[in-house]
Amino acid sequence: MPKTASPMNSVVEKVNGWHILSAMLENKPGVLFRVTNLFRARNFNIESITVGLTEQPDLSRMTITLISDERTLDQLVKQLRKLIDVVEVKVLDAEKTVYRELALIKMKAEDPTTRMEITNFASIFRANILDIGKETITVELTGTPDKIDAFKNLVDHFGIAQLARTGVSALQRGRGQ
Amino acid sequence: MAGGGVILSGAFSELQALAEILMAPVVTTFKGKGSFPENHPLAMGPIGMHGHAEANKMILEADCILAVGARFSDRSVGRYDEFGRGMNIIHMDVDPAEIGKNKSVDVAVVGDVKSSLRTLVKMLSKVSVRRDQNTPWLKRREELIDHYAETIKDYPRDLTARKALKKLREILPADSIVTTEVGQCQMWASLHFDVITPGTFFSSTGLGTMGFGFPASIGAKAARSEVHVVDIAGDASFNMTENSLAVSVLDQLPVIVFLMNNYMLGMVAQWQRTFYNRRYMGVHQHSCPDYAKIAQAYGAQGIKAQSLSELELAVRAALKSEIATVIDITIDPEEDVYPFVVPGTGLKDMITGS
Repeated sequence: MPKTASPMNSVVEKVNGWHILSAMLENKPGVLFRVTNLFRARNFNIESITVGLTEQPDLSRMTITLISDERTLDQLVKQLRKLIDVVEVKVLDAEKTVYRELALIKMKAEDPTTRMEITNFASIFRANILDIGKETITVELTGTPDKIDAFKNLVDHFGIAQLARTGVSALQRGRGQ
Repeated sequence: MAGGGVILSGAFSELQALAEILMAPVVTTFKGKGSFPENHPLAMGPIGMHGHAEANKMILEADCILAVGARFSDRSVGRYDEFGRGMNIIHMDVDPAEIGKNKSVDVAVVGDVKSSLRTLVKMLSKVSVRRDQNTPWLKRREELIDHYAETIKDYPRDLTARKALKKLREILPADSIVTTEVGQCQMWASLHFDVITPGTFFSSTGLGTMGFGFPASIGAKAARSEVHVVDIAGDASFNMTENSLAVSVLDQLPVIVFLMNNYMLGMVAQWQRTFYNRRYMGVHQHSCPDYAKIAQAYGAQGIKAQSLSELELAVRAALKSEIATVIDITIDPEEDVYPFVVPGTGLKDMITGS
């Protein structure tokens, strides 16, 4: 599993029962509703969902992360497979998977010292500074969820004005589909 | 334990063959009612919230259950943490998502239950199985049936739902199709009306849709005009789709509405009586409307039956009739459905009302 130089011990990937699911869906209106409606009806608690286009124009890929026991995970996969618009569902092995999340973080930064510190941290975390205003700095950070958590915890005391995370996107390494 | 999947798959003869090879008692879920002939010496009837007392008792005593096309709904098995403790469960279902959904099982067989059962029967026929008519299980079955026949008393009236339904069963040919409305009438039908020909019982089980039975009976009649079709109804449920009388009359689909009328939303009233100390709210229908007259207004036949002999005459007249018949049967509003497994309790906590 890829590790970052995170000082945190609450690394999400290490939480027992953290799973990544990858599903290929028909790319047409109403499909997202059917999938999320299934989560609602069956009371599945999801950590994150991302949906986007793929190499095939008629299919989209949905990446789901959740924390659950094996039985719930098994049910989620089976229930998803019952939906006609779901072409395939796979539970990805985190060790054999590359996965990334993107976060936009807007921090309060009014005095020069704070600005310097944030800029330093951003460069250590390879985050891009997207915007600097009179009172705030906004950075873009890509990485595993625990890397984003680590950065967030590091800058928390400056005051986070706004934060947006995309949720995890994932692909299996090598030839894995 | 046979569920609705046996009916959907049409695996009636396979189920019966297996039961007879194993000489194993057969309970059904409510959805599975009519998957196994209920006059069969191995039949125990439906389990569940208003299941047969002997079936509820016996399934808890089982050391191994073969669940065929059943989903272990809480209405059938009561508390999940109690049901199945200390017994092995084998689960056959066509839908892989049903395996382990409500209840984790020891062995799962995924596939059309008709072919799964057929394969199992073939395998068992090869090994020698002793077809003993006097197994301890069958003795236990007799014991339990006798015990509960004594302990669960009929409501003390000359005309009760139990008596009415037993009489209907007596008169009605075995191949007739029966549909039900939803509520007390439905649970009484489950308890007191034995389905003899598999696949002739239709009820709104999963969603419990009031008003289902009457249009369903008209549909059944359209499909199978050569058999009698009866909707076992209650007054409140019949109110929901009573206007289907027009379809029945205009399209000449003569069905029989066996309307057990307590002028109540009976099941709701029973809960208000049991759990809310008789603080009734919105359940009384106060002799309104007159169902025989409603039927007549549509050009159908309407008959009132206030005694068992009037009921018998009415059913016999309805069976001969070429138009739909509504038989308005007077039932005491205080007659409850027993046994009753109160929600949140287990099958072992079944109350018998006496």
